[in-house]
Amino acid sequence: MNYLSNFSNFSVGLSTYLLVGAMLFCLGLYGAFAKKNMIAILMSIELMLNAVNINFVAFNRFLWNQKTDVHYLLTGHVAALFIIIVAACEVAVGLALVIAVYRNRQSTNVDEFNWLKW
Amino acid sequence: MGTIVFFIFAILAIAAAWGVVTSKNIMHSALYLALSFSGVAVLYVLMNADYLAAVQLLIYTGGIAIMVVFAVMLTLRGEICASNPENKVWGWGAVISTLMFLTIAVVILTNADWRILPTPWTAGGSATDISLLLLTKFMIPFEAAAVLLTMALVGAVILAKGVNVNK
Repeated sequence: MNYLSNFSNFSVGLSTYLLVGAMLFCLGLYGAFAKKNMIAILMSIELMLNAVNINFVAFNRFLWNQKTDVHYLLTGHVAALFIIIVAACEVAVGLALVIAVYRNRQSTNVDEFNWLKW
Repeated sequence: MGTIVFFIFAILAIAAAWGVVTSKNIMHSALYLALSFSGVAVLYVLMNADYLAAVQLLIYTGGIAIMVVFAVMLTLRGEICASNPENKVWGWGAVISTLMFLTIAVVILTNADWRILPTPWTAGGSATDISLLLLTKFMIPFEAAAVLLTMALVGAVILAKGVNVNK
């Protein structure tokens, strides 16, 4: 019972959020290394970008103080917003490339895309 | 209360990400991806980033995940139950990403500067507060992002549709 009440008093700090971000990043890294399907690799890259966003927002939430200039309090949010914009562009162009390659090769398996190899 | 909500949605996001990289059916991977993005949106709400949570749900869950589903349906061949296989060196990928996670975890857990609890938040985070930054301090990157979005739109259309070389 004492242990349980200790656990419910446990508060979520910065390092817990960073651990969640690190775990999502490493799962995305594994997917980018281990998958054969081009679309699965794109999905893993999206997971990694998302993990970086968690880190930006967490640092902005925890490492702020009221003495900062009011114009800079939300810099981490703005950085995360730009990452979301770049991720949207990246997935649009990436999926267009997948469809263009699929039309020529009838495949999405990256192991077969070796025609630029000497 | 916030702690319980945090752990429910953090575990949901991580379990869904695990489903993305281990599922054998790529359609299931795409739907797990949408679930993971939604879990991360709840974490943004817990960190007082309301506007970013809304943007996450609109762009990631509503846009990117659905676009991935469409791309999957346009390029699907053969048996869907084995549409998302691992390559020959997946073991090395697992070893490297595990080692990387252990390294990052050791750095996070031993850094005393990061062992801090949230202070009361008074800095906002609504669309009004973020637009104040975007239209003053970050105006040049904001315009550059607009140009980037336009170019990505045109480039995606040209790449997917192809150009007519005979003209």
